[in-house]
Amino acid sequence: MSNAPVDHGRRRFLTIATSVVGGVGAVGAAVPFIASWNPSEKAKQAGAAVTANISKLEPGQLIRVEWRGKPVWVVKRTPEMLQTLTAVESQLRDPASEDEQQPAYAKNQHRSKKPEIFVAVGICTHLGCSPTYKMNDFDAHVEGIASGFFCPCHGSTYDMAGRVFSGVPAPKNLMIPPYMFTDDSTLTIGADEGTA
Amino acid sequence: MFKNFMNWIEYRMPFMEKMNLHVMQYPAPKNFNFWYFFGSLAMLVLVNQILTGIWLTMNFEPSAERAFASVEYIMRDVDYGWLLRYMHSTGASAFFVVVYLHMLRGMMYGSYQKPRELLWIFGMLIFLVLMAEAFMGYLLPWGQMSFWGAQVIISIFGVIPGIGDDLTLWIRGDYVISGATLNRFFALHVIALPLVLVILVFLHIIALHEVGSNNPDGIDVKRANDGTKIDNNVSDKFTFHEYFTKGGKKIIVDAIPFHPYYTVKDIVGVVGFLLVFCAVIFFAPEGGGYFLEAPNFEPANPMKTPDHIAPVWYFTPFYAILRAVPDQLFGAIFMFLAIIFLALLPWLDRCPVRSVRYRSTLHKLNLVNFCISFVVLGVLGVLPATPTYTLLAQIFSFTYFAFFGLLWLYSKNEKTKPLPVRLS
Amino acid sequence: MLKQLFSVLALVASSAALAAGGPAVHLDKAPIDLHDKESLQRGAKMFQNYCLGCHQMEYQRYSRTFRDLGIPDEVGMQELAFTANKVGDFIKNAAPKADLARWFGAPPPDLTNVARVRGPDWLYTYLRSFYADPSRPFGVNNDVFPLVGMPHVLQELQGVPHKKYETRLVDGVSKEVYVGIVADETGELSAEEYDRAVADLVNYLEYTGEPSKLESHSLGIKVMIFLLIFFVLAFLLKKEYWKDVH
Repeated sequence: MSNAPVDHGRRRFLTIATSVVGGVGAVGAAVPFIASWNPSEKAKQAGAAVTANISKLEPGQLIRVEWRGKPVWVVKRTPEMLQTLTAVESQLRDPASEDEQQPAYAKNQHRSKKPEIFVAVGICTHLGCSPTYKMNDFDAHVEGIASGFFCPCHGSTYDMAGRVFSGVPAPKNLMIPPYMFTDDSTLTIGADEGTA
Repeated sequence: MFKNFMNWIEYRMPFMEKMNLHVMQYPAPKNFNFWYFFGSLAMLVLVNQILTGIWLTMNFEPSAERAFASVEYIMRDVDYGWLLRYMHSTGASAFFVVVYLHMLRGMMYGSYQKPRELLWIFGMLIFLVLMAEAFMGYLLPWGQMSFWGAQVIISIFGVIPGIGDDLTLWIRGDYVISGATLNRFFALHVIALPLVLVILVFLHIIALHEVGSNNPDGIDVKRANDGTKIDNNVSDKFTFHEYFTKGGKKIIVDAIPFHPYYTVKDIVGVVGFLLVFCAVIFFAPEGGGYFLEAPNFEPANPMKTPDHIAPVWYFTPFYAILRAVPDQLFGAIFMFLAIIFLALLPWLDRCPVRSVRYRSTLHKLNLVNFCISFVVLGVLGVLPATPTYTLLAQIFSFTYFAFFGLLWLYSKNEKTKPLPVRLS
Repeated sequence: MLKQLFSVLALVASSAALAAGGPAVHLDKAPIDLHDKESLQRGAKMFQNYCLGCHQMEYQRYSRTFRDLGIPDEVGMQELAFTANKVGDFIKNAAPKADLARWFGAPPPDLTNVARVRGPDWLYTYLRSFYADPSRPFGVNNDVFPLVGMPHVLQELQGVPHKKYETRLVDGVSKEVYVGIVADETGELSAEEYDRAVADLVNYLEYTGEPSKLESHSLGIKVMIFLLIFFVLAFLLKKEYWKDVH
């Protein structure tokens, strides 16, 4: 047993240094456990971009495309529908799409790249139901408006650009996914020029 | 404020008190050597197995159709899934390395002797549960070795007269090893046996702290106080929990508090172990074909047996004994006896001296005999059964059992060396 | 007595090494290198052209192969993935499984993990050990895998391989001695080029057996360095505290 006095400084330094390095090791060891919860390659591949043929889309028609397990609507809007977009603005909660619910190229009145083609995730921003497309029988829900989307769960209403009306439970406009037109008849959902 | 909170807790659940009892003020002999690392390492591996195991169940699918594919999914599609899987598969082998060395330590220093018989029995139960746990876990990847290894081992139960066939059928839940077997093994592997294992480990430690740790000299640190002052006793410098010192009739000689002395020492052991463990995980996860056997990268195929079936290395000493006996039933009996005899060590060894350091040359040689027999049997268990190897397996099975017989014979009147008064 | 014991132990140990290493046929060392992306790409192409007709990689996705081998997705889909609709698909063929099993006597095994089952050296030697044998249904046999059910699909590259015998003096007696397999001149590749092509293929199979291997090695080195530093610190800390005891 040595009788030399304990070097407290050295002891404290080594204790702290070992604790810090050990802590770093513990954090490092946690990385694989945490990272393994990320979407796997399988999930990522299942969630990859999907394509839809839009060449046969009739004016006013809505088709549903599955992307990441969610319904994505593609609607070819009629000129009348586009005209009403200005008329409803006073009744909307976020007419100028200030909320980040769309890529930059869809932050406009028609919330789309091409005015007539409307692409949106068909999930109500309230509690996740999928609203119903009311073509020409929407005025039962909003007077004087011919077409729009109505959520049967809690009665939220959206106009033909997916913008939410004031005074309904849903807080935000419908989500617009990233998309691009690969050619005139092919729409790619889930990727745009920025990601491809 | 914080102190009040701690007192509030302490009054209702004496957490700090228990920490002092088991860690801060637990008197551990000051002369633990290299061999005393393996207890804490076994604990570390247990934690590793439980954590990585929980994470593997998040992606594993226990069905005959999906099990193999889901393991490949973990290895390829899940972020760091390969690392979690290798940590678990390497951990299984590491567990046995550590536990075998831990058991050898106990045999060398007579840690099973009075008053630590119950401690040893708990340890043997842990070993048994661990073997069951490892065996069931090995079926889960549903590779060729999983399937055929399980086939062979379950068939061992078939030798029990009268009920054997019905018993194997009942264990499998089918006429062959099937999804039903896989599912029940999965349930036992991920929850039932780990639960038992954790409880047994808890009891093992409680039993240890009740009787105190043995040490390489095999003499007690806590002894009757005859009033003589012991010079140069390190124990005088430290405070121990009153549980260990109460009454004043006993004094503690040459002991040190577990914390910080053995915590800092065990950290060195842990990091040293991790260096080896991680080297295997990152650079040789198959362990040369012994930790992950090559045929197990092929999905289970009940129609085709691999050319050569060997159990994973940690079962092979016992498997070699099984094969060495020409009769099926007696083979199985001897295999179980090989483990039972280990559990009976506290009563087979009748020598009052614990540590091999102060025991006869005969005992030293006998212990060497045991180690050689165990290792050679382990090697023979991986090899195909040729006549030469079978003969060797018979010889070394005999020497394995001879260890216990000889020990019982000579230990009663063994010529031992005088024990030291103080720890070296 | 001790000497005998040691010789027995040595025998046992060497046989254990043999048992772990597989069959007793001499295997050539496969010259593979997982860092060689071009070799892996050539190997992937060979797999698509010559193996995928019958064999599959049920657990490997095209996307993973493309990413790890540095092939852009569009290029890969055009050049390699004839059978896939999506880049995330597994590398599978459209062959009728039951027919394949009937034609070849056994279903062609999945090749994702074949390098882990057989080892790269076995594959490298096997693919270079076909030889003409008219008694077999496909006209070829194999030194490494006798009576193999697989035809020699690389024959257009190698040419028709024949077993070559030479007359040599063995213990003073002239004998026909088997010296190896030599292909005729009908193949597209020379003998060296053929070995190289097989090495590329085996390299790719080694990669698909464990796509995480390179990541594992580079991460492993970092972990080892970290642990060494930790070890030194922990050791010094232990020394410091144990001054109280010693």
